[in-house]
Amino acid sequence: MNFIDYYNILGVDKNATQKEIKVAFRKLARKYHPDLNPNDPNAKRNFQQINEANEVLSDPEKRQKYDQYGKDWQHAQQFENAKQYQEQSSDRQGARSSETQFEGDFSDFFESMFGGTASTGRSRQVRFRGEDFNAELRLSLMDASKTHKQTLTVNGKNLRITIPAGIENGQTIKIPGYGGQGLNGGPNGDLYITFSILDHPKFKRLENNLYSTVELDLYTAVLGGEMTIDTLDGKVKLKIIPETQNGSKIKLKGKGFPVYKNEGQFGDLFITFSIKIPNNLTDKQKELFTQLSKL
Amino acid sequence: METENLISLNEFCINHNIEISFIESLHDNGLIEITTIDTTIFIDNGQLEKLEKIARLYYELNINLEGIDSIIHLLRRISSLQDEIVILKNKLRFYETYD
Repeated sequence: MNFIDYYNILGVDKNATQKEIKVAFRKLARKYHPDLNPNDPNAKRNFQQINEANEVLSDPEKRQKYDQYGKDWQHAQQFENAKQYQEQSSDRQGARSSETQFEGDFSDFFESMFGGTASTGRSRQVRFRGEDFNAELRLSLMDASKTHKQTLTVNGKNLRITIPAGIENGQTIKIPGYGGQGLNGGPNGDLYITFSILDHPKFKRLENNLYSTVELDLYTAVLGGEMTIDTLDGKVKLKIIPETQNGSKIKLKGKGFPVYKNEGQFGDLFITFSIKIPNNLTDKQKELFTQLSKL
Repeated sequence: METENLISLNEFCINHNIEISFIESLHDNGLIEITTIDTTIFIDNGQLEKLEKIARLYYELNINLEGIDSIIHLLRRISSLQDEIVILKNKLRFYETYD
């Protein structure tokens, strides 16, 4: 557990007045509040840090304890014992802030010094929604092409979700209520799952269309014929027209990727032909090509 | 009228310890919609998340209603730009890897 420099977190001097601390806190709270930083996984942590710093520095009692024992926090308990002894002989005059305080998780350092409880000077007791959780789920292109169920473990809890076919790379879905627990009886946060779709060796995806490059031998390209190609849901036989050019494309309608949440709808599959020039020609083949070139 | 997806404003305010006048001022400023059925005021379930966010901005950060309106608008724009970034990243990935 490391010492936390609360003055540094709020960007104020050690002699800062309560007003300066309040201004610095308000400024940073507006900058780092999780509601103002959507999809920023660091926002919650940053916000908790400044919240914790304010919790200590805006409370004269905590600030005094922190100033005296901050770097030597292990001895804070001795300070507490000595203070309790003093309190037995005199009335306690600890001032409490009437400023609205935030609640949240506190660092080990804070809990070690102050016992993990926020000040009681709240002007409004609000039921806070729990923290939103973010997770990443990697899927192969084939998995993303089928509606399927998957079990995830989030914060020790098993969660079985249905992933609809056609989910996009980078798309985020929300699972309501599977985030952090709410505070003061507030609702739980949500779980956000961002999908990362891995590249496929044969197919490239752009939105709902698939693209594939197929090698075609020179003779079939020139004379035409038939060939079998792979699609997402199996092989299909393709008629090759004579004089097919290198780089030419054909479209196989409805053989692309399923459209997200539109069952039965598919994009198209675009095939690009790459004509393969024969190599290691025999003398006879070379002779025939030469004859052909002179025709 | 169906009240299945509606939450009583009174119940919401008690649970969240929010004054009814605050919700009314949000409605007056066009930030949320409320439904009245037989003199009872309801909030649509779908607005709950937005309403809780507005309450946090108002109470935690002391942002006034005009500021909240601007923030909600900008957050919507951020969300739409983030969706666009995902689409553009996928396009870039496609053209970078497609032979």
